[in-house]
Amino acid sequence: MILDAQGLNRSFGAVTAADNICVAVEQDSVVGLIGSNGAGKTTFINMVTGYLKPNSGSIRFEGRDITALKPRRITQLGICRSFQIPQLFNTMTVAENLMVGVGIIVSAGGGWASSSQRKVEPAKAVTAMLEQFGLEAYRDRQAGLLPEGTRKLLDIAMAMVVRPRILLLDEPTSGVSADEKFVLMDRVMAAVREGNVTVLFVEHDMEVVLRYTHRVLAFYEGRIIADGDPVVVLDDVEVRRFVIGDHAPKQAGGAARHA
Amino acid sequence: MKSDSTSIAIGVITVVLLVAAPFLPNWAMSLANVALCYGTVVLGMMLLMRTGLVSFGHGLYYCLGAYAAGMIDQMLKLPDMALMVAAAAAATAVVSAILGLLLARYRDIFFAMLSLAFSMILYGLLVKSSSLGSTDGFNISAKTIVGIAVADDARRYAGYGITVVMTMLSALLLNRYLRSHRGRLAEAIRDNELRVEYMGSSVRSTVHLHYVISAVLAGIGGAMMAINIGHIDPEMTYWPQSGEFVFIAILSGTGNVFAPLGGALVFETIRSFAYEYSPNTWQMVLGITMLIVMIFLPGGLWSLIQRRKAA
Amino acid sequence: MSHLIAVLIDGTIYASWLFVIAVGLTLIYGVMKILNIAHGSLYALGAFTAVTFCNAWFAHGYPALGSFAMLGLAAIAVGLVAGPVIERGLLRFMYGKDEVVLVLVTYALFLILEDVIKLVWGVDPLFVQGPNGESPYALLGNFEISGLNYPNYSLLLIGVAVATGAALTWVLTRTKAGKLLIAVIHDREMSAALGIDVGRTYFVTFTVGAMLAAVGGALTAPTVSVVTGMGAEVIVVAFAVVVIGGLGSLPGAALGAFIVGMVRAASIHFAPELELFSVYLVMAVVLIVRPKGLFSGAEVRKI
Repeated sequence: MILDAQGLNRSFGAVTAADNICVAVEQDSVVGLIGSNGAGKTTFINMVTGYLKPNSGSIRFEGRDITALKPRRITQLGICRSFQIPQLFNTMTVAENLMVGVGIIVSAGGGWASSSQRKVEPAKAVTAMLEQFGLEAYRDRQAGLLPEGTRKLLDIAMAMVVRPRILLLDEPTSGVSADEKFVLMDRVMAAVREGNVTVLFVEHDMEVVLRYTHRVLAFYEGRIIADGDPVVVLDDVEVRRFVIGDHAPKQAGGAARHA
Repeated sequence: MKSDSTSIAIGVITVVLLVAAPFLPNWAMSLANVALCYGTVVLGMMLLMRTGLVSFGHGLYYCLGAYAAGMIDQMLKLPDMALMVAAAAAATAVVSAILGLLLARYRDIFFAMLSLAFSMILYGLLVKSSSLGSTDGFNISAKTIVGIAVADDARRYAGYGITVVMTMLSALLLNRYLRSHRGRLAEAIRDNELRVEYMGSSVRSTVHLHYVISAVLAGIGGAMMAINIGHIDPEMTYWPQSGEFVFIAILSGTGNVFAPLGGALVFETIRSFAYEYSPNTWQMVLGITMLIVMIFLPGGLWSLIQRRKAA
Repeated sequence: MSHLIAVLIDGTIYASWLFVIAVGLTLIYGVMKILNIAHGSLYALGAFTAVTFCNAWFAHGYPALGSFAMLGLAAIAVGLVAGPVIERGLLRFMYGKDEVVLVLVTYALFLILEDVIKLVWGVDPLFVQGPNGESPYALLGNFEISGLNYPNYSLLLIGVAVATGAALTWVLTRTKAGKLLIAVIHDREMSAALGIDVGRTYFVTFTVGAMLAAVGGALTAPTVSVVTGMGAEVIVVAFAVVVIGGLGSLPGAALGAFIVGMVRAASIHFAPELELFSVYLVMAVVLIVRPKGLFSGAEVRKI
């Protein structure tokens, strides 16, 4: 079990963003987090990555308590994330963006990066990542001028540069056109599998969820209302009602639809 | 050791400047001295600007460096140029390391205002201290360099020499640093601090480091200026002095270590001639120039050279 | 005890002066997000214009009390001329640029205006004084509190400060124009999308701000020797007041002015060595405790 969150609670004034969240994630699994806006998915990610502190509860990563740690420290320990709005170095080229990350690893003080990581040849490492994510064509283009789908891809690549053990993706396909989203996710998943990375991603697109996840967590009003196999969860009555938006329960007959 | 064209150019120019010394008329040597001293300070401003910060109070360290140099003469009675520069570097390193702990937490306008506040605090302290000459300041006179006594008439060459060497050395080292992995973080921080933190690197410690480096550069510039001009006063930390440094930084651009040096030369040349020609309008000329540069050349003068290289 | 009273009175007088100068600065920042270094030059312009108008008035032998009207006229003239010229002629083209870039633009403007003043009025110090020594300052006489003498002119200063604060508060909270202004302060883009004429708002705000700076200068002119460099001196103190109170906040400017006024008065009486930098020390302390000033808004979530 690589990540274990127990009893996480978090509220902002009168709003409960997390209500006794308990999640145990197995290594190398791919987990989807679904839920309508404000349900608590991003709050969960923010707590795991250290951006927010839970009011109570604990998060353990490979057995180690990371609940109160700063984002930087959590990254160094091996948990990285991508962002809904891509966080890039807009005045630099794609290659330079990745080089910053490689440079951080290579010159990592305090030894938080493994010695094998620190010995990579920076230029080669950058080229390898560009190939892995299909970004070679954009190598010398300025990050701020890229199309949105490419920016999202680069954002995820940046999260992978520091070789995390857990990758958290915040809506990787939002803003990406329908025909590009599978291309993007295929690339990301290939890179993930190569690196033996456990992945959690927030998604609104159920096609993407069905296609790539082993397990789905459905959030609603800060609670997890369903947890398990993707097909099962997406069929769950409450999930259909509160997340997907079907008001009538799904039935073979269909007579109930008119009720 | 990889060498790049900038490093080579620095070496060449150092040699040229030193060799040309005996042939330079007084006014040219003075102009070069001021340009180099200012240039050193602005090298520091450039580092900070690349990191996304504009300091409106760098006069603090410029002045501190000068006064440190002065105290070596006045109080320790050891008027040695090398010692003065070293003292300036040490003093500014210590002060900036402490102030940086606070300042590294601020950005944008607040960083600018807080740095301004500290420079004015020094101003207030100096003006009220009669032992340091209050608003008149005091004179200094460096008589030896690294222990070797310098004859009176050769003193200006020694001052020029140490100025050239220290400035070019600073440019060389800064250039080397900016090309390193750590140095590249400057622009990354300027572009997106969040991302830098989420890649495992401490933004605060890099900002702090850059703040200290820029302060030391300003202190060295101040010490050299004191050695060359022979006089120190609190005006060096009065806010328009800091404003001048900002102005030169904008004028120069941040593309290369030569930018601040070239920009300082252009600035000092314009200022000298504008002042000679009409002492009541040189500020206006400066102001208009600054506006023109900011509107039409936001990358500073260096962007002109970059464009020509790319074409 | 008399020390304390002196500090209170001195502090109040100084605070009033600071408020008049700082309120225009904070208003311009709040609405336009420009920290206007040239505010110091507008202050100086107000002072110099006041000298010219008043001295002309005296030279013509008109009743001395009318010189106060001249002070007011000078401030209005500077505001109505310099304000629009600067806003329409320069600032208008800079909106949307980075805040620090805007500060540098106003710094360039400051440099230009300093020389304009030198060209028009010369470099020698000037005084508001008629040919027979008439002066608005002496005209009003003095008042006495527990053995200490103060010029009644200071009461005028306090009065102007209070009136300005009251007028601005009333405009901002009771009039439609004021409410629109507050909308623009909060979100320029949204306001424009809602149909508010942001350009006109900026124009009016800057002109009013310039006028307020000039009022500060005009009121100061009779009490000091009017000289170039007064702008540079004033602007740093004004910054301190505005930053302490919170950029863009009217009550902040009042509180900042009060704090700075009292601190300076106290240090003059009890620790004169600290006088010059006590203000900046307070600013540093306030920023450490409240990084954005005393009256600053809440932080918004970024990601």
